[in-house]
Amino acid sequence: MSDIASRVKAIIVDKLGVDENEVVNEASFTNDLGADSLDTVELIMEFEKEFDIQIPDDQAENIATVGQAVTYIEENK
Amino acid sequence: MELKRVVVTGLGALTPIGNNIAEYWDGLKNGKSGCAPITHFDAEKFKTRFACEIKNFDPLQHFDRKEARKLDKFAQYALVSSDEAIKDAGINLDTVDKFRVGVIWGAGIGGIETFQNEVINFAEGDGTPRFNPFFIPKMIADIAPGNISIKHGFMGPNYTTVSACASAANAMIDALNYIRLGHCDIIVTGGSEAAVTQAGVGGFNAMHALSTRNEDPATASRPFDATRDGFVLGEGAGALVLEEYEHAKARGAKIYAEVIGGGMSSDAYHMTAPHPEGIGVERVMLNCLRDAGIDASQVDAINTHGTSTPLGDVAELKAISKVFGAHANDININSTKSMTGHLLGAAGAIEAIASILSMEHSLVPPTINHTTIDENIDPSLNLTLNKAQPREVNVAMSNTFGFGGHNACVLFRKLDE
Repeated sequence: MSDIASRVKAIIVDKLGVDENEVVNEASFTNDLGADSLDTVELIMEFEKEFDIQIPDDQAENIATVGQAVTYIEENK
Repeated sequence: MELKRVVVTGLGALTPIGNNIAEYWDGLKNGKSGCAPITHFDAEKFKTRFACEIKNFDPLQHFDRKEARKLDKFAQYALVSSDEAIKDAGINLDTVDKFRVGVIWGAGIGGIETFQNEVINFAEGDGTPRFNPFFIPKMIADIAPGNISIKHGFMGPNYTTVSACASAANAMIDALNYIRLGHCDIIVTGGSEAAVTQAGVGGFNAMHALSTRNEDPATASRPFDATRDGFVLGEGAGALVLEEYEHAKARGAKIYAEVIGGGMSSDAYHMTAPHPEGIGVERVMLNCLRDAGIDASQVDAINTHGTSTPLGDVAELKAISKVFGAHANDININSTKSMTGHLLGAAGAIEAIASILSMEHSLVPPTINHTTIDENIDPSLNLTLNKAQPREVNVAMSNTFGFGGHNACVLFRKLDE
């Protein structure tokens, strides 16, 4: 797992209180990991802070799974 | 329209002297002080470095980590104490009509720690607004009853009353009214507060409202003592299940007491200072007696607002003497704030619970830490000093007054079938 992927997954485990094994690339924040709309906003903010990036709202809307988050950050960091 | 009778069928408490009803009563009857040096933050630079904090409270014993993170302490305390009260009441959550169960809660401030930390976080940045999405829903004072209803599915009236230190008493009075008017069968009421934070202590210190007896925290809250120098900040929650009498009887519920009346008034005088003649305080007790339809001579015990401030304590006792006349000397007057500190918006709840427990145990908890007579206080009053007094309590009054001049008073009576 890349450094970015492991940091993304650590944030998700921490914020959503889920088991590490559940945080697979295909997992959807809302459908699989129990996030509500506010949790999702918080996750995006945590990604911004951790990786020192800005994720515009229209881009954030397209980040719905663990894998999509990792890919976005890898491409924009 | 005939008003319905309202009774108390469940109690819950999370206080600086006990984390449930049994521990709370044990602390009350033994005159335990809940005061100690502040542990929630480094108070070294503060004028007051002590408070009545909740002890040994681990949110993870009550909530999973994700849930705990989304709840300010005042909401955590609300959920824990209301859980105890709901369980104590024995409400069957599968069969009760949840549309007729409400939650009316009191909080004087709400999530001040959340507010403080979010603003600090913002101020440390470069001006870019990066607020946590849970900032507002964690902070707002009404989120406590919101969360209680979400947890248990109660779909009746749901809101928070805000009247500073009278908040929980206002919540209980609203609960009483909705039930006696027939709008609800059950209302979970009470109050919670968690203001032992830099902003809370610093703010009250700036007003010169808090005791600064840093050399002896355990005796700092000393209502009615000549050397009292301000209130001691407390935190925690109290919860009461109020229920329509026939509804409670039909399900065979244990009944602690009847809520027989509530009174409200305003000083219309000053933002924080009590009216020197205690006019509003006198009126609130008269309003409460009238609402309950009882004579002043029937009151056995009064748990005062008695915050240990120089002006407030004397004004309240003068008002009691005016309202009760010669009978004032036969009343067991006390201030349990001497033990718990001042829980602000939760004070009315834990003090009402103390009144109800004194009926149940025929024992009035003491006003501790009294050593020096205040010559401005009528010596013929029985202030239940330093030691609990055995007493058959049939009718008990609980007073609370809030910054802003809000006065609220509630009367309880042993159930008379």
